[in-house]
Amino acid sequence: MDLIVRLRSAVSLLGRFPALAGVDLDVARGETVLLHGPNGAGKSTLLRCCAGLVAIGSGECEVLGHDLRGDRRAVRRRVGLLGHSSFLYDDLTVEDNLRFAARAAGCPVAAAGEAMARLGLDGRLRQVRVGRLSAGQRRRTAIATVVARRPELWLLDEPHAGLDADGRDLLDAIVAEAVGGGATVLLASHELERATGLATRQLLVAGGRVVDGRLGQPAGEAPPSTDGASGAGDHRGRAGVVA
Amino acid sequence: MVPPERATTEGEPALWRDAGLVAGKDLRVEARSRVATNQVVPFALLVLILFAFALDPDRGILGRAAPGLFWVTVLFSAVLAIQRSFAIEADDDARDALRLSGLDGAGIFLGKAAAVALQLLALEAVLAVGVAVLYGVSLRGGGLLILICLLATAGIAASGIVYGVVAAGLRVSDTLLPLLVLPVLAPVLLAATRASEAALATVPGDAWPWVRLLAVFATIYTVFGVVAFGPLLEEA
Repeated sequence: MDLIVRLRSAVSLLGRFPALAGVDLDVARGETVLLHGPNGAGKSTLLRCCAGLVAIGSGECEVLGHDLRGDRRAVRRRVGLLGHSSFLYDDLTVEDNLRFAARAAGCPVAAAGEAMARLGLDGRLRQVRVGRLSAGQRRRTAIATVVARRPELWLLDEPHAGLDADGRDLLDAIVAEAVGGGATVLLASHELERATGLATRQLLVAGGRVVDGRLGQPAGEAPPSTDGASGAGDHRGRAGVVA
Repeated sequence: MVPPERATTEGEPALWRDAGLVAGKDLRVEARSRVATNQVVPFALLVLILFAFALDPDRGILGRAAPGLFWVTVLFSAVLAIQRSFAIEADDDARDALRLSGLDGAGIFLGKAAAVALQLLALEAVLAVGVAVLYGVSLRGGGLLILICLLATAGIAASGIVYGVVAAGLRVSDTLLPLLVLPVLAPVLLAATRASEAALATVPGDAWPWVRLLAVFATIYTVFGVVAFGPLLEEA
């Protein structure tokens, strides 16, 4: 089986706190895997690890065949991360941002135009500075940068947040197209009703661990609940899991 | 849409492609935001004017001290330009975008240094006119002065970007950067001032040792930046 993501006992520390506390996860090519769980469970950190932005302290972490314990930079041009932040330059126009993202990823400049057209940004918004966009338009532009990069692995963190109904439908269609074209998607969401329709598999993340993350592994019990953790800044609820 | 067909970079080394991309992006940000035009240039001219007030009415002192005052003003302005170069990466986690882009660390360094250097060269042209008008200095030795400006600016930009990325990840980066950069740039200030004095006095023979020092400084920090910027950006 062609595994795009393979993590074994992966631990990632944010300061001294284990944001990932021994994650086992397999994601096969073409899958759309939904990660869900309470705030502060480690979903965003897991996505950032897969993007090569967060270091793995111990364990194994392979993404798209690259060992991220060795060189985290090698994988970045092949993944697209839609995070809580837009990763956009406020002083550049929508078109400037997309052209830069496409060219940086080694894609043709035409990919930027295609992405703008797909997200409905090719009209008057094209030459508007990102700093002057509404929150929803900004989110669409952030999605467009991921589309323009043509990633093999899509990492989507709360992708529906900030989008109107049309935008949400459009995002679902784009994700479906990407998967149809051979991409793999790992998304984290609290909007289970919406995101479940996209996913081929759902996984619970709790206490910095993934429950039943390995392919073919029978369902087991969840790690100790961390429902008390309320956001990324509140890590006290998870400390006991690792201890 | 996927899987991707990557644009080939054959015939165009990735390092220079990435450097050009980053430099173009940074200069485009400055062109659209006009921070350099509306804030850095007026600041630099204001410093020149304040020096003139402080040392007036003896215009002889101003004329003799003009090279030093010019380069001190350039250094202060360079700190602002370097801070700005990293401030644009701080908005909405754009620094993560730069890391995610997959661009080569050396290419990012060269691109950011080139963008800062170009802005500083434009600023130096404006300041040269300011020095001529305010301090009554005759700008002789043009070719040598241009060489001095090129080498000093390369050294300032290269070292500034190295220390800029060190400070970028810290909450106190705005106040820490001048403390890191200004002492390091003391040799540039000394060499550029002495070389400029010799050039203005049309005694080029006295300038060459200082010009060589500027070249060595720029080379060392450019090589160091090419090697170290990528790992430093990872830690920022």
